[in-house]
Amino acid sequence: MSENEMKIIVFLLRNEEYGVNVEQVRSIERMLPITRVPRTPAFVKGVINLRGVVTPVIDLRERFLFEKNEVTDETRIIIVSVQELEVGLVVDAANDVIDLPLREIVAPPELISGVAAKYLSGVAKWEERLLVLLNLEEVLNQEELHALHDADFSYS
Amino acid sequence: MENEAYLALFIEESKEHVQRLNNQLLLLEKNPEDLETIKEIFRSAHTLKGMAASMGFEHLTALTHALENILDALLNQALDVSQEVVDGLLTACDVLEDMISSIEEGHENPHDISGIVAMLEEIATAQPQETLRKSVNIQHADSQRGEGETLYDVRVSLSDDCALKAVRAYMIVQALEEDGYIVEANPPLEAMGGRFQEKDLSFLYRTKQKESEIKNRLNSISEIKAMVVHPHSQSDGTPKKGDKTSPTKTIRVSMERLDHLMNLFEELVIDRGRLEKIALDVEHVELQETVERMSRISSDLQDIVLTMRMVPIEQVFNRFPRMIRSLAKDLGKKVQLTIEGESTELDRTVIDELGDSLVHLLRNSMDHGIELPHIRQQQGKKEHGTISLKAYHSGNHVFIEIKDDGGGVRYDHVSKRAVERGIVTQKVADDMTEQEIAQLLFSPGFSTAEVVSDVSGRGVGLDAVKSKIESLGGAVSLVSKQGEGTHFFIQLPLTLSILSALLVVSDEQIYAIPLSSVIETAFIEHQDIRSIHHKRVMDYRGTIIPLLFLTDILSPSSLQKKIAQRSFVVILKKGASLIGVVVDFFIGQKEIVLKSLGHYLSGVFAISGATILGDGQVALVLDANSLMK
Repeated sequence: MSENEMKIIVFLLRNEEYGVNVEQVRSIERMLPITRVPRTPAFVKGVINLRGVVTPVIDLRERFLFEKNEVTDETRIIIVSVQELEVGLVVDAANDVIDLPLREIVAPPELISGVAAKYLSGVAKWEERLLVLLNLEEVLNQEELHALHDADFSYS
Repeated sequence: MENEAYLALFIEESKEHVQRLNNQLLLLEKNPEDLETIKEIFRSAHTLKGMAASMGFEHLTALTHALENILDALLNQALDVSQEVVDGLLTACDVLEDMISSIEEGHENPHDISGIVAMLEEIATAQPQETLRKSVNIQHADSQRGEGETLYDVRVSLSDDCALKAVRAYMIVQALEEDGYIVEANPPLEAMGGRFQEKDLSFLYRTKQKESEIKNRLNSISEIKAMVVHPHSQSDGTPKKGDKTSPTKTIRVSMERLDHLMNLFEELVIDRGRLEKIALDVEHVELQETVERMSRISSDLQDIVLTMRMVPIEQVFNRFPRMIRSLAKDLGKKVQLTIEGESTELDRTVIDELGDSLVHLLRNSMDHGIELPHIRQQQGKKEHGTISLKAYHSGNHVFIEIKDDGGGVRYDHVSKRAVERGIVTQKVADDMTEQEIAQLLFSPGFSTAEVVSDVSGRGVGLDAVKSKIESLGGAVSLVSKQGEGTHFFIQLPLTLSILSALLVVSDEQIYAIPLSSVIETAFIEHQDIRSIHHKRVMDYRGTIIPLLFLTDILSPSSLQKKIAQRSFVVILKKGASLIGVVVDFFIGQKEIVLKSLGHYLSGVFAISGATILGDGQVALVLDANSLMK
């Protein structure tokens, strides 16, 4: 890998291809039993036992697109690590690692495939495929988690 | 560099010595005549100097040297223990502490110590020095000789080509002082730092060890050419009763390793649970017996691992006498601090987290509790206020009490302030008992001090203390009588990570409730569930207590389920209040390992963490305290 390339894990969400920097990815897991955590926003699926470590899991499809996800044989949990956070992301499939030339990356448009620009760090064209790169810091923003949390339960 | 390896040890030990200096100086302030205390201080200062010199921290060496000069003068009785002397020495200790912390942070000698050294020199030379030292020392040493102790003459010659004589000399002194006391040294101990060049050393040494043991000890030090050890000729054979007890042997283990051990052990506990389940399922007698045996051994092991992490609360308490002393000076108050139960042991993690809260409560007592001396006199109290700090074990908990004999909580002020701040309405406030009003002090955004002072009331209030202690699984409360003082109670769990829990099922998920908050489990018939003001209650042994449904609490949006004819109830307690919680059914009691939910999900309502069950599934641990609200 040269300095002008970035290794990207490619995953699927509703037939669109997304990417995260491989340096932020700890592992990719098959679907594991999830324990629901009460009184959290719907996209927080719960916690899993990741080899002895209790790890929170969120569903990216519900996070961005507000639609329910169906678990298939292809469903994967991508364990990412951002700053102090270690979180699992439920995605429809994850099966590709690519070396993306940095010059292919451009700033994201305002809204793409229904995902707001602030969650994206860029988009890239790669071998005629469109790749949406996630800004994980923003996706895992905890303030937002608490805000959503409060909104969900303001009536309780 | 070789020094690197010793740096961590150096820092650790110097901190201990500075702490000892602090403690002994405070003792000295109370008993200025006590030569033994001065000696103790001298020894600490001296060891510190030797260590600093051999590590090459020149500023630190210079400062401890100046400190030693004063102590030497005190020991020779050329200088009397006065307030200025103690103040000067304490100030020097503060500087030492700062210097050691900056060494720890990686910058050496950033301090300008010329001012403090000059001050110390001035104190040291304030009175003419006399040299009474030798006779004083030997007399004293003889009278202090403990049971079974003998005086020895120890002579050591270093090899001619020994490059670092100061370091070797220091190591010899250390080796001797480890299990004995150097009564006299030639050349004197003070000369052994820095550019020490002598190669013949002799000591008058008091110890319980045999000759051969002393030799063995010294033999482990390299570059020694020759040594002679024989009993001191003047020693008489009548040993006197001494107060020194032989120290238990200890080694230093880094916290990291202990944490690692703990983590591994937690894994083991989880696997143990799994194994127990498998053994039960396959119905194999031999396997069951083996697993049972293993369970017993691992419980013993659990006790050991947990106690290894326990440290005496002394570590936190130690810094309080100094703090109270300087606060009292700043505030112009007279206060005596009494400490009890400082040897009470607590898990290291709890201790680390606890310090700030205790500081806050003590500052609070100093600032708002204890009155100024003249006001105390007007009220017919002793001029000196008293703050007592007490720690003790009881069951699976450790209790800490902080009690002052100051003005107490002014209930009218508190309820007025609470209404102003919108914490409660006037109507509610009017109906509150004193006890309830006192608890208002723990509400967020509450600070009763009329003036925001430097001492307490800097934005963080008692609510911060409360949430810290609750996050440690503990509780805090206070009792106060106006005019007579305030009494804070803190209850803490002995350990945080492994606990007994009751496993219950609600909404098809397993939850663990710490047994420490469970009173008992029971059944309740549908017709026994009653309703008062639209709230469900039950009759528990003649008392009406609130009844909650776990499903309602955990998923408030879900549809109300039909109440079964017979429900399972867990009776929980928090302090004196009880509550019944309805669950789907009980599974049983289990040892669980408390794990964090992960940083991302911190602060989830009513959940204090998670645990991994025998079958690998994650169960959430309920926080009984927050269910009570």
